[in-house]
Amino acid sequence: MTQTRLDDDGLSLDRIGIYAILLGLVVFYLLPLEAGIVTSFKTMRAYGQTAPFLPALGGFTVAQWSSAVDQLSAGLFNSVLMAVPATVFSALLGSMTAYGLTNIDWRGQVGVYVLFVAGIFVPYQAVLVPLKRFWSQWAPLHIWLEPIWNLTGLGTDYAGLLALTITHIAYGIPICTLLFRSYYKSVSDEMVEAARLDGASIRRIYRRIILPLSVPMFAVTLIYQFTQIWNDLLFALIIVGPGDASVITQSLIGIGQSEAVTNFPLQMAAAFVTALPTLLVYIFFGEQFAKGVTA
Amino acid sequence: MDSVRSWLRRRIDSIQTDQQVRTDGGTASEVSQGERRSGLGRYLDSDAVESAPFWLPSFLLVGLFVYGAIVWNVIISLTDYEGLGDPQYASFDLENYRQMLQETGSYSFTNAFVNTIVLLVAFTLICLAFGLVVAILVDRDIRFENTFRTIYLLPMSLSFVVTAKMWLWMYSSNGGFVNRALGVVGIGPVNFIRNPDPNVQLAAVVFALIWQFSGYAMVVYLAGLRAIPDEHFEAARVDGASIVKMYWRVVIPQLRTATVSASVVLMVFGLKAFDFLRALYGNDTPAVGTDILPTYMVRVAFGDASRIAYGSAVAVVLFALAFSIVLPYLYSEYRRGAL
Repeated sequence: MTQTRLDDDGLSLDRIGIYAILLGLVVFYLLPLEAGIVTSFKTMRAYGQTAPFLPALGGFTVAQWSSAVDQLSAGLFNSVLMAVPATVFSALLGSMTAYGLTNIDWRGQVGVYVLFVAGIFVPYQAVLVPLKRFWSQWAPLHIWLEPIWNLTGLGTDYAGLLALTITHIAYGIPICTLLFRSYYKSVSDEMVEAARLDGASIRRIYRRIILPLSVPMFAVTLIYQFTQIWNDLLFALIIVGPGDASVITQSLIGIGQSEAVTNFPLQMAAAFVTALPTLLVYIFFGEQFAKGVTA
Repeated sequence: MDSVRSWLRRRIDSIQTDQQVRTDGGTASEVSQGERRSGLGRYLDSDAVESAPFWLPSFLLVGLFVYGAIVWNVIISLTDYEGLGDPQYASFDLENYRQMLQETGSYSFTNAFVNTIVLLVAFTLICLAFGLVVAILVDRDIRFENTFRTIYLLPMSLSFVVTAKMWLWMYSSNGGFVNRALGVVGIGPVNFIRNPDPNVQLAAVVFALIWQFSGYAMVVYLAGLRAIPDEHFEAARVDGASIVKMYWRVVIPQLRTATVSASVVLMVFGLKAFDFLRALYGNDTPAVGTDILPTYMVRVAFGDASRIAYGSAVAVVLFALAFSIVLPYLYSEYRRGAL
């Protein structure tokens, strides 16, 4: 940024004021996380005696964390099993769709594209009843794929997890297409045109030119999509339901509910176990996440 | 940039040589290709069809799971299906929609509808205003800008279920941070989450959502501010405009596109607040009066009552509400040539 936007240089009262406000905002955004982390390491006794945002020196324990990991491990496994393929396939299909609708010119493609974009904004509630009926009556994966559930020893509950994965792929395609399209628009038409004149097929152009160029955009899309799918609760509640195949967001809701006194240290530890994959992704790829949400 | 270009050149050259090798040996296919160039053949060779393998699978998936499901949902909403056997598609009526308007009380459709509008408007407006102010501050050439931005956007990467648990603890009347802070100035403790006054509960929810998403508004506005040419700031300064005047008259009017796209996205996130409320209250039914349409729909359709067709009708209203915001936005984007 150039100096023209500055009204003053160096450290004046104004500048100090701005930094003070910005630091205050850091406290505002991080306080719930900080309070959660310190609380998750407290014994129930220390939790009752100390301020919510101060660590308890006397009552430090990792018992809550090990209990949370214990209770969430099945959900953690199921979430990974569902989120990783759903993320990869929706990004790949989004990239292919964007290519077919952007770099290859044909009449009516904007109309098709608008249908994809509008799909981003559909509230999940508008499709829940049909989806539930579709997966239970029309495409009963638990019956169709019975040998698979028996052979792998996963049990028929996992049919719901597969249904959830496919549903997430379908609902991820619109946003992935949008992300890739805005990127592919900047790829020079002349390059694609030249390659076509030289006789390269559409498939070959995608594989040899577009796909290698898309690597940075794949990073953005995979990160955004993984966060979205990992964090979802509603589809899992309706499509998977209670049972062996519950994903981690479902398990987190139930944690500590049966106890008479709310066990906040346990709940906080569980919340962080659930958030850990997305937090790690954010810490290492924050830049890509920011690009994904602002596209 | 140059390296990218030369790399592309090399790519294309390699494709060319590949291609030449192939055409040398493939006279037969050339003939058959020549024959096809008429009528249906030409249509099959067109780019729309050739590119179909790329977009058609996605199109079918989205067509089936998104649009097919929406249409099916509208049809179910016209029946009186309650979850036993199959829906009867013999007679259709608007009975479910009539019932919606008739219900009154704190668990009614009307109440949920009003709450939805209040939540969306309050949440979106405050997020935008707050985000804009923070963006202006961050834009003033400060150090560690990236660090600040990363921290402000962090809550958005968390699941609603996770943030709901955190705010449950923050709001707890049994030692939670908010009540401790209020206690210092002699207020409370206030039971935010189970308050008998639904407005207090909604305000608490809106505050938590603002915490989670104002960073997003900030990032969008920051990008918008960066797109304004420096000369505009310079010109306003030469004219002797005060800082407040400069932002009000020169800068904010140029942030229209950023404002519109940010509000559409924020409203979509606001409608996803189902996950947040569900995790906050732990079961199907939020405390008295805090239903919003997304929670109301799930409760009537999948709760104990199992009024599936009625739930579908509520979902149709929710869908109409969302698209009355989104369609004008998409149309204006299309006119702008941004699609």
